[in-house]
Amino acid sequence: MKKIHFSEWGIDSPRYWGMLALLGAFVAVAGLSVLYMEHNGHWVTGMTNQIVWGMPHVFAIFLIVAASGALNVASIGTAFDKKVYKPLGRLSALLAITLLAGGLAVLVLDLGQPGRLLIAMTHYNFKSIFAWNIYLYMGFMAVVALYIWFMMDWRMNKYYKPVGILAFLWRIILTTGTGSIFGFIVARQGYDAAILAPMFVIMSFAYGLAVYILVLMFTFKVDGREIGDVVLRRLKNLLGVFAAAVFYFTLVYHLTNLYGTENHAYEAFILRDGGIYTLLFWGGWVFVGCLLPIGIVYHPALGKTRGGIIAAATAVILGGLATVYVIVIGGQAFPMAIFPGKTIVASGFFDGVNGQPFLYSPTLAETLLGIGGIALTLLLTFIAIRVLRFLPTSLANEVADPHYAKS
Amino acid sequence: MSKLEQEGRREFLKKAAAGTVVTLAPGVMLHSLSAEAAPRTEPVTGKVRWGMLIDANKCAEGCNDCVAACDKENGLNLVDMPEGADESLWERQRPRWIRQITLKDNLTGRLTSLPMMCQHCEEPPCADVCPTGASFRRADGIVMVDRHICIGCRYCMMACPYKARSFIHAEVAEKLTHTPRGKGCVESCNFCVHRLDNGQTTTACQDACKHQAIIFGDLNDPQSAVSQALKKYPSVAIRDDLKLNPGVRYSNI
Amino acid sequence: MTRISSMILLTGALSGLFGLGNVIAAEAVKGSAKYEKLEQCVEPTSVMRRNHFEFIKHQRNLTVHQGIRGSKYSLAGCVDCHARKDASGKYVPVNEEGQFCDECHDYVAIDLKCFECHATVPREK
Repeated sequence: MKKIHFSEWGIDSPRYWGMLALLGAFVAVAGLSVLYMEHNGHWVTGMTNQIVWGMPHVFAIFLIVAASGALNVASIGTAFDKKVYKPLGRLSALLAITLLAGGLAVLVLDLGQPGRLLIAMTHYNFKSIFAWNIYLYMGFMAVVALYIWFMMDWRMNKYYKPVGILAFLWRIILTTGTGSIFGFIVARQGYDAAILAPMFVIMSFAYGLAVYILVLMFTFKVDGREIGDVVLRRLKNLLGVFAAAVFYFTLVYHLTNLYGTENHAYEAFILRDGGIYTLLFWGGWVFVGCLLPIGIVYHPALGKTRGGIIAAATAVILGGLATVYVIVIGGQAFPMAIFPGKTIVASGFFDGVNGQPFLYSPTLAETLLGIGGIALTLLLTFIAIRVLRFLPTSLANEVADPHYAKS
Repeated sequence: MSKLEQEGRREFLKKAAAGTVVTLAPGVMLHSLSAEAAPRTEPVTGKVRWGMLIDANKCAEGCNDCVAACDKENGLNLVDMPEGADESLWERQRPRWIRQITLKDNLTGRLTSLPMMCQHCEEPPCADVCPTGASFRRADGIVMVDRHICIGCRYCMMACPYKARSFIHAEVAEKLTHTPRGKGCVESCNFCVHRLDNGQTTTACQDACKHQAIIFGDLNDPQSAVSQALKKYPSVAIRDDLKLNPGVRYSNI
Repeated sequence: MTRISSMILLTGALSGLFGLGNVIAAEAVKGSAKYEKLEQCVEPTSVMRRNHFEFIKHQRNLTVHQGIRGSKYSLAGCVDCHARKDASGKYVPVNEEGQFCDECHDYVAIDLKCFECHATVPREK
């Protein structure tokens, strides 16, 4: 294994600025959507008093969950001392920050009163997991920023490991907190489950790694840098394991639910009768998000090709968005059991008459806001790797593989 | 600042408050005026806990009186559909504090009607989850929203087991002095808190119910009508399994 | 794309409407507000000018969280006293252009947020 060198992203200016302009355009469109939604009020969205969290929350939660997962690659290198992962750490930590920034921006811009962000910073209700998350997110950014500094600055190198371990622990708590936002909602059938917190941690592993793989491959490809099979093979095998773990948690979540009669109606809704939610569950969450990437990654031929790896990572991301959609929107669309043992046959306020699910059709504006979050993430990432040395000059086998000399 | 002037002011406010009752709820004028109508000057305490008993047997299916009265009392009828909004979508976005629900027992098919609103829990999940503390329980048991610090995140709506809350989806042109309301905050039934704070003892829905299905009062006062009725008749709390100890109870569901 | 352009159009149209609303509002009659007949507000004018927001902010917490109503610092009191009427005897909103609240707030360029939620005319009698 040779010494690793890092350098700024060196693609030629027209291409670089072109990319920034394109991403900037998406961010600008999202900004216009926010102005439009804030000026008019939320009636221009598909969100209602029944489906109170919509498309922006799907994207925001996906990005926030992926953020903590993106840090995994760095953690494996630091906290678990895997040498081959060490050169990958800087980009991993950077993505953790930019994904979180993208997700939080979407979340905050969807608030009914985004101008009162200062209030969210000065008024805390410590019983609220939401308030805790504000600390967890801000702290996460600070810790990871420190981590990046210590990784980059050789003078700080001796502190780099403890900070890396702290960042790793922090991200576990952070995703547990994000999962608990739903897990703590006792009122709703789909959410009131402790397993949601660890499931979110596992989901974050998969989504964060998938984003990492795609960004790594793209930035290296356009800059003519080399990634050897050793690195890619490790990453894609890890992705397969994570996708399988998500599948396992999905199974446990629904099987335990199926065991209790009180959850049968909810399970029937998600698994069989829920229309779009059932489709997204089987087609998106299970097939595209879990089975397809597992199949590609462990396929003897496909798993070795770059195209196969890109396809698997893309599938994990698309499946992940479907998963979050089913959890966030599907969980709300299923009417709450306010009166167990009784059916609501008439209501003046949409209580799920005769068990009918609530309707939600996202509008363009709220979807554009969500997509803007992804664009913001990439925009920040591309700016950072252009001005600072985040990317290794090469991840070719002879550089990155600690066992290269031996083999 | 002269003391006299201040007195005059207070006097004036008193009259204004009493006057509101006359125009808003003509049927209950006598009752409301008989109560001592003076604005509260001391902080509310836990000595009082406001609560309700609703008799589902008396609640008539198809009757909408309590809902209409609440809409009028709290200015919900002033919330207009925005120009260009889709009517069926807007119906799902407009605010409601109280609603009538008809239930059918899955086994027996027996039908029950009842009004649903914020149940004013002793342990309100909405207040637990609220990041800023805007959602809170007042010392006298009323669960309400401090609009000044509500950021509009809607987490309380996710957490409420009774679906009692509404988000204000559009700008509100006309507001009532005693029920401020604006785009981007969450709100719900507050037991007509402005009435209680101005010395009245009834809610608009209770006054409007000609079937006397709603009894409102102080749960901590053993002599109050609501306490007496709760002692006399069997009643239940909705979603009692959640152990939230709501202030609104139902009999004959 | 048509959706976006229609959105932008709508936004423009709406803001246009609000602008228009200010123009066609009936002329407020000077001297028709209660404060114009009083010597001073609930505190000396100089105190009010400097501290009115602190007063109503403090009061708002007492009112919302402790239920204390009708004190001399209530916003409802401000509106009650400072709203003028137009020629037909109808109240003119205090935050409308040129009216009591707007006059200063416009001059010092400080956004007036109270009336996003609060009534701008005295309560009906």
